[in-house]
Amino acid sequence: MVLKAIRIGAGLGFYGDAWRPVAASIERGGVQYIGSDHLAELTLAILQKDRMKDSAAGYTRDLVPMLTSLWPLAQPRGVKFLLNAGGLNPEGARDALVAEFNKRGWKAKIATVTGDALIERIDSLRAAGEPLDHLDTGASIDTVRSRLLFANAYLGAQPLVRALEAGADIVLTGRVADAALFLAPLIREFGWAADDWNRLAAGLTVGHLLECSGQGSGGNFNSYLENGWESVPDLGHIGYPIAEVSPDGTAIITKAPGTGGRVDFDTVRQQLLYEVHNPHAYFSPDVVLDMGTLKLDDLGGDRVRVSGATGRPRPDKLKIVAGYEDGWAGTATIGYSWPGAMRKARVTAAIIERQLAEQKLAYDEIHTEYLGYNSLLGDLADDSRIDELNEVYLKMSVHAKERRLAEAFPRQFPWLALSGPPTASGFSGIEPARQLLGLWPTLVRRDLVEPEVKVSLCETAA
Amino acid sequence: MKRKLVEIAHARSGDKGDRCDLGLFAPDAATYAVLKREVTPERLVRHFAGMASGPVELYPLDNLLALKIVLNGALSGGAARSLRSDNLGKCAAAALLRMEIELPPDFVIPAKAGIQNDA
Repeated sequence: MVLKAIRIGAGLGFYGDAWRPVAASIERGGVQYIGSDHLAELTLAILQKDRMKDSAAGYTRDLVPMLTSLWPLAQPRGVKFLLNAGGLNPEGARDALVAEFNKRGWKAKIATVTGDALIERIDSLRAAGEPLDHLDTGASIDTVRSRLLFANAYLGAQPLVRALEAGADIVLTGRVADAALFLAPLIREFGWAADDWNRLAAGLTVGHLLECSGQGSGGNFNSYLENGWESVPDLGHIGYPIAEVSPDGTAIITKAPGTGGRVDFDTVRQQLLYEVHNPHAYFSPDVVLDMGTLKLDDLGGDRVRVSGATGRPRPDKLKIVAGYEDGWAGTATIGYSWPGAMRKARVTAAIIERQLAEQKLAYDEIHTEYLGYNSLLGDLADDSRIDELNEVYLKMSVHAKERRLAEAFPRQFPWLALSGPPTASGFSGIEPARQLLGLWPTLVRRDLVEPEVKVSLCETAA
Repeated sequence: MKRKLVEIAHARSGDKGDRCDLGLFAPDAATYAVLKREVTPERLVRHFAGMASGPVELYPLDNLLALKIVLNGALSGGAARSLRSDNLGKCAAAALLRMEIELPPDFVIPAKAGIQNDA
């Protein structure tokens, strides 16, 4: 049997990303699958805040409008979706989607993958011998146990493969490894064995190149050389990356014709190393990839061939990311213009700090930034022209264990408008305190998690 | 001759927990050799002293003409906990491109676009 190459397109790269480019990949890019990554490391923390307000929430709310917009394009072409938009509540996500599809009379098979959520099983996992210590610091989970809000394992591609085998048009998951959304269709189409490490590594590479939407096709291209970011055409109509993958795992990274952005050696390798730690041991639940043997060939015309991936056996443990309550942040921002903008902002910061001390408002941490000078570069900002800045915004943030204390912070600022240093403008107002969540990465034996993973299928407008 | 990395290389950075990771990319083999020689762990520790409290890791990738750099303890406890505006470490790559390195006397600076040389 001769298998043909298959084409997978990138969906969203984070919760809040645009899906207009996905429409171009479906209409003109010839894709058969879309993998859509809605969950950054930080996103589960955001979804947990939603779920604390409403138990039906906890999934990314872009799911329903996105698929309502794309399904009429995808359905006639037989394009399937894999999305981790389920977040902390894949069943809630499915219910919302099913309701919308039923309302419109749209027929689709929707699969849900669950079993990644472990918050209810923390104590039983520890009883089974898993310490759940912090992966980086080695600290005991006892230090945050009472404040834990969620704990989810990164699942691999296999349950998604089962969902596709069951005939799903749309696969909704919670926390899975981002690349699993792209690896699963390759395993399903090509029948790659679960220990075919080099091919799985090739699939993982494809997933990693596609999981950040436009970052794989010329977006956020941080180059100031010739052919740098300003030479990337038409970012306003960027085409998200598409992978044309052969049965041996070799892939051509490209994008839909007539779209903006650029796929070349430089834009692809910037994404390849993005958020990678040791490139010789890039871990996923399905395989460990060595990027040191990869070969990128720029074929021109927005086509880059990726080959030569080397894989090693999958790890015995799955990664968990847990989140715990870690106090509250209060923030205020106030601006000053030339002359002496920076000087005025600094004096204001000093006044505020003194007042906090006088009022015995004890914060765990005070963080001061000057927007226009160092809010993005921090201590690495260049201070050579600091006295001539046109304007500077002072942004001060505090960390407090109690919400009330964090909320008191911005109230220290309004009087400055009439009684502080001159030209104060653009005060941000009394902003509500923001809850901070600490993340707790740890490991768990996969045999304690995977037997509980479930794939369920339902049909709309049946 | 001393020049900033921004004139000869490009870079992208991101976050994973309290770690900031950066890729630094050379346009050609000659530049890559310079990067490998000049951008050492010791230089990186000094350059990022105000940002990274933990060790710095460096992985050269000859096949990609790239260096992978990992700054441990660099994101104030991680994105969901940090009070910083750049809580995801996206601008650390820009900070890296400001590092000054020594170029060989015969080194030809590539043509550039869109950047003012303020050296």
